[in-house]
Amino acid sequence: MSVFGDVPLAPPVAVFKLSADFREDGHPQKVNLGVGAYRTDDCQPWVLPVVKKVERLIVEDAGLNHEYLPILGLPEFRSASSKVALGDGSAAIKDGRVGGVQALGGTGALRIGAEFLRRWYNGVNNTATPVYVSAPTWENHNSVFADAGFKDIRPYHYWDAAKRGLDLAGLLDDLEKAPEHSVFVLHACAHNPTGTDPTREEWKQISEIMKRRSLFVFFDSAYQGFASGDLDKDAWAIRYFVSEGFELFIAQSFSKNFGLYNERVGYLTVVARDSENLSRTLSQMEKIVRTTWSNPPSQGARIVSKTLNCPELFAEWKSNVKTMADRVLLMRDQLKAKLQALGTPGTWDHITQQIGMFSFTGLNPKQVEYMIAEKHVYLMASGRINMCGLTTSNIDYIAQSIHDAVTKKSHFFRVENKLNRSLGRCLINMVGVFSPDVLCCCATLLPQKEKTSFTDH
Amino acid sequence: MALLKSNKVIYCLGNISPSLGVLSTRNSSWWGGVQMGPPDPILGVTEAFKRDTNPKKMNLGVGAYRDDHGKPFVLSCVRKAEELITAKHMDKEYLPIGGLGDFSKCCAQLALGADSEVLKSSRNITVQTISGTGSLRIGANFLARFHGGPRDVYLPKPSWGNHTPIFRDAGMQLKAYRYYDPSTCGFDFKGALDDISKIPEQSVIMLHACAHNPTGVDPKPEQWKEISDLVKKRNLLVFFDMAYQGFASGDIDRDAWAVRYFIEQGHNILLSQSFAKNMGLYGERVGGFTVVCNDTEEAKRVESQLKILIRPIYSNPPMNGARIAATILNTPDLRSLWLEEVHFMANRIIKMREQLVAGLKKEGSSHNWQHVIDQIGMFCFTGLKPEQVERLTKEFSVYMTKDGRISMAGVTSANVGYLAHGIHAVTK
Repeated sequence: MSVFGDVPLAPPVAVFKLSADFREDGHPQKVNLGVGAYRTDDCQPWVLPVVKKVERLIVEDAGLNHEYLPILGLPEFRSASSKVALGDGSAAIKDGRVGGVQALGGTGALRIGAEFLRRWYNGVNNTATPVYVSAPTWENHNSVFADAGFKDIRPYHYWDAAKRGLDLAGLLDDLEKAPEHSVFVLHACAHNPTGTDPTREEWKQISEIMKRRSLFVFFDSAYQGFASGDLDKDAWAIRYFVSEGFELFIAQSFSKNFGLYNERVGYLTVVARDSENLSRTLSQMEKIVRTTWSNPPSQGARIVSKTLNCPELFAEWKSNVKTMADRVLLMRDQLKAKLQALGTPGTWDHITQQIGMFSFTGLNPKQVEYMIAEKHVYLMASGRINMCGLTTSNIDYIAQSIHDAVTKKSHFFRVENKLNRSLGRCLINMVGVFSPDVLCCCATLLPQKEKTSFTDH
Repeated sequence: MALLKSNKVIYCLGNISPSLGVLSTRNSSWWGGVQMGPPDPILGVTEAFKRDTNPKKMNLGVGAYRDDHGKPFVLSCVRKAEELITAKHMDKEYLPIGGLGDFSKCCAQLALGADSEVLKSSRNITVQTISGTGSLRIGANFLARFHGGPRDVYLPKPSWGNHTPIFRDAGMQLKAYRYYDPSTCGFDFKGALDDISKIPEQSVIMLHACAHNPTGVDPKPEQWKEISDLVKKRNLLVFFDMAYQGFASGDIDRDAWAVRYFIEQGHNILLSQSFAKNMGLYGERVGGFTVVCNDTEEAKRVESQLKILIRPIYSNPPMNGARIAATILNTPDLRSLWLEEVHFMANRIIKMREQLVAGLKKEGSSHNWQHVIDQIGMFCFTGLKPEQVERLTKEFSVYMTKDGRISMAGVTSANVGYLAHGIHAVTK
């Protein structure tokens, strides 16, 4: 008789399962457009030249050791991270009301922020406070907030599948109707998975309602620099909200823009009303960190800190980032052009209108299935592709595969879409009623098709 | 603008009544009701130490090894491993959720022994974790979610200060069994057996594998055997915390003896390992969490659930430290070098213990300080009372935790005399 006799086998995390399936596939033309990591035009991972340089400096520095970092992280890293997000001239930083916590990637930053909010936001014990995440969103958002103890995680309208763009009216309506003090997780730029960001005017509208209705702003910023190639441009929304006087959190990831995926470099920027509120907040975050990982890993933070704090290295980094962003923009242009040249049915403007690593192609589950099974092109069931997976060598094959998928599987499209939409609406209504745990169970029990429609709508 | 002026009033209200403070501070700050958290008892010691300007100050707080000059020690095997790794020009792609496969394998081997039946039958799941803390937290979260038995985790009294909040934050409850005997500064074996015999079935019992923190007091092998029998009789779930393998006696197999004995006796244990101390990889956060299961099938189920727990905390673990550790353990030259260096560190600690006792005798102390030599590992439970600790800190700038625990790693041949002098002064 085992203590663990009743432990059920959990389903694999979808995005990693996709990579595993890809690895096992022996087809010579296979392509992985799944997990979000940058690839060069030779489809290779890319260690940024500036990172290689800084790593050598670190290894050769006999004065460095492997001692514990402070609980909140490497001080030079912390100040540099806030500056990157809020800008050098940030008034909030000058006022001493900006601080933060070095964390394990963007995930770790989100988790520390979520744990803190559950304990301390708006009076203590916020397990019932609604947390809103975009529909769709990065799938781990749900788990992070659920495991932090929030029982009521709801979607807010975001992706409009019909027009393949932002459902602004739905979004604003959700903001108006959300209970006051609800938490909203906003993607600072390069929305994952849709690649669709609000315009500056739309951000202003969002901000106005959030301020008026006392909604909490929690930014997820995983792609600063990666979206447009310009750090300041990509941080516009964050900086606008700060200038509007919000107290907010920003979960920053340096995984993508530094290519430091496996070193787990992230930061939770905290903007408070004043330094006094800030210090009490950070003291409580210390306690949360202490029982989660005690203190953060030093290698990645050292690399980022050295780079951001040295003008020449900082300039070199910005240019490395632009290299990545530019390649993605080029692939977007070329993919759209090729689909148009092939005469693939539908409009493909969204490929170049969307921004960042991902594109929500609009392919439906049957078409995705076809892409994987028949063409060995691996993408998420939601139709999300990682633009970094496209190269000059495979782009023709990919365009042709999309073309075939759409033309051969399109007679299911309209019928399925109606079915998916009504199922999707049904599931979205369920979210507000059932706890996330139950929903996860339902999601795993439902066949692939229904699961996809939940994330698509 | 009126809002800013009313800040002070609102803050005062917040101090009178938290809820009132929240309501009234809502317009000024979301965090008006957030109380100032107390400084961490252990890490807070270092912070106080840093602020002290006394040139003779000693930091005997946190358990980080120092060489005989009081400096942090980067092991040669670590530096060599780093060079090897740099030369390989590896990419920085995400690790799997459970971490670097090479690392998990050799981590389990180190603890269980290369010829372990558990490893041969692949009935363990070992994942890379964020050092010992991360490992304990994953284990605690796993228990909270899946353990069908009581919510209670029994810790030895005393235990590492962070054990309690880790399990509590994970949703478990804490109880204790007698362990340290202040009258002997040794192991309260009778008390431990007595308390353990009363623990409700299926409860979780935490055991320090070696070099008990904070007391340095370990059961002898015969005592471990009796504990194992009793725990089996009570049908308790064993959770071993092994943060000092190699560091206690200088011999990694000897230090893992209790863990391996329990497994041989049929306990399907949970195990947390840290490489912070024995490889000096503190800030790289290298650790492992192991669950010994009935069979491979169960191990796969448990693994799948651990991944589900890990993903919403930090997605996947950091590469650097695990890569260094795996390189050392899997490269014969480096592994031998490491064993030598661990032995060296443990020996220096043992020498300092002897010198401290000699120093106290020389000062003319009439107390019995034998426990300083009998205790093992990085820490020494001096037996000093809180008032004496306070005096030692205030008058001599010797920093340690309030429970009288000192990290022997912070003692050097240059300062051991000063320490003996200070301890004698506050205890005579």
